[in-house]
Formats: sequence, C-alpha cells, structure tokens
Amino acid sequence: MAEGSILNFCDVSLRYEDVWALRDVSLTLNPGETRIIFGAAGSGKTTLLKAVIGLVPVDRGQIKVFGEDVTAMKETQLFGLRSRAGMVFQEGGLFDSLSVGENVEYPLLNRQASAQANGTQPNGDSESRVRDALRFVELEQTYDKLPSEISGGMRRRVGIARAIVTGPPLVLYDSPTAGLDPITANTIMALIVKERDVRNSAALIVTHRYQDGELMAGFRYDREKEALVSVTGEESRTKFIVMKEGAIVFFGTRQELEQSEDPYVRRFVKHEE
Amino acid sequence: MLRFLNAWIGPFQEFLFLAGRAFKNVVRGPHYYDDVFIQMDIIGVGSLVIVLLTGFFSGAIIALQMARALNTYGASSQTGTIVSLTLVRELGPVLTALLVAGRNASGIASELGSMKVTEQIDAMRALGTDPIQKLVTPRLIATAIMLPALTVVADAVGSVGAYLVAVPLLHIITSSQYWSSFWRALVLNDLAQGLIKPLVFGMIISLVGCFYGLQTTGGTQGVGRATTQAVVTASIWIFVVTFLIDKIFVNL
Repeated sequence: MAEGSILNFCDVSLRYEDVWALRDVSLTLNPGETRIIFGAAGSGKTTLLKAVIGLVPVDRGQIKVFGEDVTAMKETQLFGLRSRAGMVFQEGGLFDSLSVGENVEYPLLNRQASAQANGTQPNGDSESRVRDALRFVELEQTYDKLPSEISGGMRRRVGIARAIVTGPPLVLYDSPTAGLDPITANTIMALIVKERDVRNSAALIVTHRYQDGELMAGFRYDREKEALVSVTGEESRTKFIVMKEGAIVFFGTRQELEQSEDPYVRRFVKHEE
Repeated sequence: MLRFLNAWIGPFQEFLFLAGRAFKNVVRGPHYYDDVFIQMDIIGVGSLVIVLLTGFFSGAIIALQMARALNTYGASSQTGTIVSLTLVRELGPVLTALLVAGRNASGIASELGSMKVTEQIDAMRALGTDPIQKLVTPRLIATAIMLPALTVVADAVGSVGAYLVAVPLLHIITSSQYWSSFWRALVLNDLAQGLIKPLVFGMIISLVGCFYGLQTTGGTQGVGRATTQAVVTASIWIFVVTFLIDKIFVNL
C-alpha cells in the first residue's frame, strides 16, 4: 500500500445476490491524481464510487481513505470521514427545499455543527466561502435561487460547488456530464480540471463520455492565463479504468487505452471517423 | 410460512433499529435545534385548526348523545363526568393522534420518500450528515412534544363544546354543575393516561412516517405507496397501543 496515498482499494469485492457489483478491485490514488472510470451500465462504477466513502458496505477486502480503514468503520463513525471528501451526484443531489446558497453552505454548517458537538471552535464566515465556491463554478448570481429554478447543467455545477466548498483533498464525481449537451458538459469538465489543478485534489470520475477523460488527460488549468491549456506529452496524473461485471479489466494511460485491442475496452474509446 | 414471517419480521427489525438510533440521537450531538422548532411549527401549529374543530365537535357530539341517554335514567347531572372521562382518557388523545397521523405521518413519509428517490438522502450521508440525526430525531422530538400539547387543546375545546350543548342549548344542567362534575371526575390516573397516550402516539407517528419515507423505492409511485402505508400503519398502531395502555391503567 503506497505511503501518503489518499485512497487505497485492496481486493475489494461486493456481491448483490448472483451479481458481482465489485470483484477483487484494487487501486491507489495519490494527491492531485485522477482516475477516469468507464464501463457499461451495471458494471459497478457507481458502486465503486459509493464504496469509497462507505455509502455501500463491501463484502470483502479493505478500503483505506485518508489512511483510515473504511471497511472497519461503523456508519456513525463514517460521517466524519465523509465530510472530508466531496461527492458530486449524477443529478446534482441538491436539497430541493434549500436555496443554491444554502445548499453550498450545507457542508460548512455541517462541519460547524460537528465541531460544536465535539466541543471545538467552529470556523466562521461561511457566506464568503460559499460565494467563492459559487464564483468558482461561475454561478454566484444564483445564490438565492431554488434548485428547481435553474437548469440541469447549472444544478451539476452547484453540486460541484457544494462538493468543493470545504476544499476536500478527494472529490468523487458520479457521471457529472450525463445527459447534458456537449457545450455544458465541456464547461463542467473544464471546472473539474480547474478544481484539480488549483487545489491539487484527487478525483475519481465516473463517466460515459470519452471526451471527459480526454479533457482531464490532455489539459491543465493555467492560473496566469485563467484558462485551460493543452498538455504536451503524456499527462501522467490521469489514468483510465475500464470496468466489466464489477472487475477492473483495463488500467492505464490514455495512450494505452487508445491502443488497447480488447473489444470491450475499445467500446469506450472515441475512434477517428 | 417462513417467507411470510420474514416479510414482517425483517421490516419490524429495521424499524426498531431506526427507533433505537433516533432515541440515542436525542442525547448525542450534533443537535439540530432549528429543525426541531421548524417541525414543531409544521406539526403543532399547522395541525391546530383541525384539532380545534375536531375537539370542539367531539365534545359537542358526546354531550348531545349522552344527554339523551343520561336523561332516561334521570342522571343528566353526570353529563360533565361522562364528557370529562371520555374526552380526557380516550377521544381526545386518539382522535388528535389519528388526525396528526393523517396529516403528518403522510407528510413526513412523502417528504423523506421524495428525498430518498432523488438521492438527497444519499447526498446527505455523503456530506457527512447522519440522516437519522438530521431528519428523524427532530421529527421525533417535535411530534412527541406537540401531540400532548395538541391533545390538551383538543380536550379543552371539547369540554367547551360539550358545555355549550349541555348548558345553553339543551338546558339539562347548570353551568356550575357541569364544570364541577367535569373536574371532580378527573383523577391522576385519567390525566396520566391522557398525557402518556399522546406522547407514545407522537413517537409512533413520527417514527412510522420516517421509516416508510426512508424505505421508499420506485420513484414517485413509491412515494405514494410509502405515504399510504405510513398513515395506515400509524393508525393501526394507535389503536393497538391505546388498548395496551388502557389495559395497564385499568389494572393500576
């Protein structure tokens, strides 16, 4: 198990009756690294993501997040660990009775409540941090709106703002671009690249779009230019995973993915017309 | 047979597990006091009008029916006693609980059910919040406080409703006779029954509503199903528990 890594999966398996959701999955993620996860529907991508923070308990193997063994923790012990990671849900997972600002503020208030319960001093000034996070996803103007009043793409971006407002070292993205038009999808992926490069956070990204992985591997955020710039040569921090029936059937770089001869793996690679 | 038993025992076990964690969270932080007050407003203040109306007419109907029956035996002077015992012991707590079950067990189940099917519960867990601490415990506390309070209100307006029928409307009894027989009939046992019942009912209503809400699967249809199940189950439990509490107090 690598020292200083943020996430370690060691032979993790989970079975739902006769179906393998995860089968002997092993992977490691270090700070600033990204793993792009492809796979057919039902191949275990979302389960893998949820298993990271103990949202689904696994049958076998060990999962370590921030050095803590998730598989050995009770549900009540996991809440503290979960608040240190960010997760973006497929549909945003926003609380529909709270405004955009309140949604993004939620993790901060949650931390304050936990700090008070533990007798420690909570950090104040949550509003400016909420506005910073919303500015990061270019949605500061939606602060007082309800989630139902904004578009689907905006909801995903608010979901990203909520996931990163506490500055987590690990962010999990569950199909952040699913069902969106290509322009909105690229906007969201650009934000994820920016988040990775500005904060040096690690990310697990489940997606169906090869372009998402291409963007993560082929670009970096330039702070001076305040824009994405193309990476020359191979971007080593981004690796690709392809899952099939709960197992990892491919792990490697973009070049290795594109050169793969496996017909299943090749389904997830965009081919030149 | 085993499969049939399993279909009942499994959910009941999960219900007990949920109830256990919800009660444990009452004393364990973090506490979401704002949510408790919001729920007290929704459950208590929101139910006040229907409880006032139902309580008033329940008292009036008891007086109307009992006045005729008691008059047959020349016992009209006991109207206050009958109204007092019936309202405080049984009708006040049970009717108020059934109304609150219909209004709030369904509301709780549909709210939590909608959150479940739209991944909001998972999002809450992913953000590091215990959904039982944040959603169930505040509803449990709020209902357990507000239902006894609503029952006292229902008893009070019910006694006034009965008074208006017995005294100014039917003239079968004087005002002082009515009120003195009303108060004299009540002993500590009756008051204890009248307050313990709504306390227990409040816990049942909130926990059943939360349980079915958090168990919801299957989209909007599932939310509808959870809502119906919550009201039906809470109502049945109210009658079962009334019987059990009555059995205990009758033997005291």
